[in-house]
Amino acid sequence: MADTDKEPERIQLTPQQQKARRKRSIAIALVLGGLVVLFYAYTIRYFGGIGQ
Amino acid sequence: MSVTPTVDSTVSEATPGDFLALLKPRVMSLVVFTALVGLVVAPGSIDPFTGFISILCIAIGAGASGALNMWFDADIDAIMRRTAKRPIPAGRIQPGEALAFGLVLAGFSVATLGVMVNWLSAAILAFTIFFYAVIYSMYLKRATPQNIVIGGAAGSFPPLLGWACATGTVGIEPVILFLIIFIWTPPHFWALALFACKDYGAAGIPMMPNVAGEASTKRQIFGYSLLLAPLGVVPALLGFASPVYGVLAAILGLNFLRHAWNTLRMADGDEQMTPAKRLFAFSILYLFAIFAGLLIDHIAAPFYPVLGG
Repeated sequence: MADTDKEPERIQLTPQQQKARRKRSIAIALVLGGLVVLFYAYTIRYFGGIGQ
Repeated sequence: MSVTPTVDSTVSEATPGDFLALLKPRVMSLVVFTALVGLVVAPGSIDPFTGFISILCIAIGAGASGALNMWFDADIDAIMRRTAKRPIPAGRIQPGEALAFGLVLAGFSVATLGVMVNWLSAAILAFTIFFYAVIYSMYLKRATPQNIVIGGAAGSFPPLLGWACATGTVGIEPVILFLIIFIWTPPHFWALALFACKDYGAAGIPMMPNVAGEASTKRQIFGYSLLLAPLGVVPALLGFASPVYGVLAAILGLNFLRHAWNTLRMADGDEQMTPAKRLFAFSILYLFAIFAGLLIDHIAAPFYPVLGG
């Protein structure tokens, strides 16, 4: 089929774009990790308080 | 099968630092500080975990306002020297990214504050973000020279928010703290506008010196300073701060008035504008010292009898 003969489009990131993406990924991971800890701590406190 | 990679210049090069800059960290630090004072001086005690959540949500909400403001103001930020290097006019962050970032942070901060602290403070935070991003940024700033007078309300809410987080209510005391920042805002920003008015004029923002002239602005600065000086002492008069704080606030207020008086007497067409620059610098110190004074006073109050006070 004609479509499969087409070369798939790919982009090449520049070193600066790669570096920026890596930094953003690490920042997002840290923020998400922080949120998990925060919501976990709140949940433990909340349910701990209900039992008393 | 061979693949030919192409370089795509539209892929973002924004770093986490650029997104942090969207949150206006310097404004955020003042918001955190005044909110913390509201939270600490409120009656009763708040547990450290809830206090931490409160300050975190207020900080993120303030940051969201900053991001939404930078999204809407990118066109005028590009013209003014002070703001031209911000992430959107500099091309490091796309406007749509800043909008999405601001909206997500606003939603998260309000919802988290509501669920984990109380819904009164969440409602005030939501109103504050709306007031700053929509009423001030989208309308007042470009429409009237009273922009920072009315818009100053947005920056005045943090101590009231801190109080609402701690108590779940709002009384006369946090309203006084609100009023101190509200009345402080016009002389602070107009002192800046006096020596940066060419920048504002080029961007088409109707700041008071461009619209009413330097002489009128200087008179209005002095007028607001006359209101601010006694207002700073009111916490001591109402009894939620000690006479020690009252004396400190009076000295600070008199100094504010002195700087405002020097600015009033500044000659028209003064290129250096040293008195206005001094007033601007002192105004930052004033607000910091007033709120730091309230905080230290509250912490030290139990020890006053021991100290013979």
